[in-house]
Amino acid sequence: MNTLELLELLEDNARLTPEEIAVMLHVDTGEVRRAIQELEQNKTILKYMTLVNWEKAGEEKVSALIEVRITPQRDVGFDAVARRISRFPEVRSVRLMSGAYDLAVFIEGRTMREVSHFVATRLATIEGVISTTTHFVLKTYKQDGVIVGDGEEDRRLMVTP
Amino acid sequence: MSKTWCERINPVVRDMPPSGIRRFFDMVAETKGVISLGVGEPDFVTPWHIREACIYSLEKGYTMYTSNSGLLELRYAIARDLADTYGVFYDPRSEILVTVGVSQALDLALRALVCPGDEVLIPEPSYVSYAPTVILAGGKVVPLPTGMEQGFCLSAHQVEAAITPRTKLLLLCYPNNPTGAVLDRKTLLEIAEVAAAHDLIVISDEIYDRLTYVGQHTCVASLPGMKERTVLLNGFSKSYAMTGWRVGYACGHGDFIAAMTKIHQYTMLCAPITAQMAALEALKNGRSGMERMVREYNRRRNVVLHAFRDMGLPCFEPKGAFYAFPEIRVTGLTSEEFAETLLQEEKVAVVPGNAFGPSGEGFVRCSYAASLEDLGEALRRMARLVRRRGVRPRVISTPPRPFPAREAGVSAAGGASS
Repeated sequence: MNTLELLELLEDNARLTPEEIAVMLHVDTGEVRRAIQELEQNKTILKYMTLVNWEKAGEEKVSALIEVRITPQRDVGFDAVARRISRFPEVRSVRLMSGAYDLAVFIEGRTMREVSHFVATRLATIEGVISTTTHFVLKTYKQDGVIVGDGEEDRRLMVTP
Repeated sequence: MSKTWCERINPVVRDMPPSGIRRFFDMVAETKGVISLGVGEPDFVTPWHIREACIYSLEKGYTMYTSNSGLLELRYAIARDLADTYGVFYDPRSEILVTVGVSQALDLALRALVCPGDEVLIPEPSYVSYAPTVILAGGKVVPLPTGMEQGFCLSAHQVEAAITPRTKLLLLCYPNNPTGAVLDRKTLLEIAEVAAAHDLIVISDEIYDRLTYVGQHTCVASLPGMKERTVLLNGFSKSYAMTGWRVGYACGHGDFIAAMTKIHQYTMLCAPITAQMAALEALKNGRSGMERMVREYNRRRNVVLHAFRDMGLPCFEPKGAFYAFPEIRVTGLTSEEFAETLLQEEKVAVVPGNAFGPSGEGFVRCSYAASLEDLGEALRRMARLVRRRGVRPRVISTPPRPFPAREAGVSAAGGASS
């Protein structure tokens, strides 16, 4: 069985059952179960998620990208500060970047005030953080490979040659 | 007294029955809430980079005629693609003609070759346009029926047995529409031998070549001695999800391509430049997108095949294209009755097998170019009908919900759902 294809299927739709995947990949269900278990155990599969359009659900959320510049530390480089930032539940993702700043930190909160407060009191005050630049997200057009909003319709005729 | 329009119309055209698919299309159009497995085109929209390249070409002012043969750069790209994929070398300057879809390429090839009364061998079931196009060109169709027991594959023996002094052409289409059958290299070599022995020209419509799931596609022109007697037809519709762009091409001997080009220049002039620009982008950067679509079709193929066998319908394993051709005789219905009943009682559209010739009777064509959600729902409905007709399902090896339910949301395909 092609593990990459299995991962691709699950990344696209985590609700697929091992039985369904087995039919699609033309393999044994037990084989799929074993592969998934192994991928979960060795942390290749980290989590099963649902991508929600919160705006449509009527829930207001505010998210921001924070550019963070930090002073690298001896032996651990950027890791210690990055891991520390990662632990805050408001922080959705932390990535070490090349270029003008060091960390790209995505934050989610209920209001702009909440996000600003978090940046000012928590993030900016961490030892080793030199500066932060906050960019609030105004609108999401595409997220995790999915175009948000109305997708493309099937415009094909009902029967064609 | 003046003649009626009917009397004025060329009797060849007047007496030609409309496509069986068209008739069924009208019935489907009148029914609401139908899930269609009757669609012979990808459910993917043309990949964005191809659409974007077309938009960019318009912005740069590419709005004029191209040479009759098509953009030279596109012909070079086609030549490179065929050389890389099959090791067949065509001179882009003289041996390739860009056409308005493979349909036009076929029409040109037949008109350039067929003389009144020439016989054209066509394996059946066959794509609905083949026989009428031969008749319009003045030829006589000699069908070579194939059945499920032979995997819908043509044999060299069949070709040999059908040859008469008037036989001029053999028209192949593998992977096949509507059966999904693929001819293996060995069989093609045997057929090639017969073609050479009887000096037959082979027109090979390889529009589904990249959509081959089991084994590898054999390009007819790549077989020893066949390039000289083959007219290779292909296009972008199926592999790159570009049906509406209408770009195809024909490759063959320079003298013959010149003859086709003559008809082309007096009738069509050239394929639209915007579509040619898009096709060029498809060839340059479209491989990974195409491979992604092929993987997705293959998964659906497995799902569909599994479901037919579970519901008790014998189904030959389609190895290419995106059609399954299950046998529905066990339901006691004819192809048309089955398709009509399925449409009326379960609102699922499939195409009756006899639309593809008499040997398609007893079968229906189901396209799996539909989202997994739609396929799942359509197959559940079809299984209901089959059960009602008294067919005992095979021992169910799948759970009751074999595919993502319609309400599951985003399909694994990411494709459009109607």
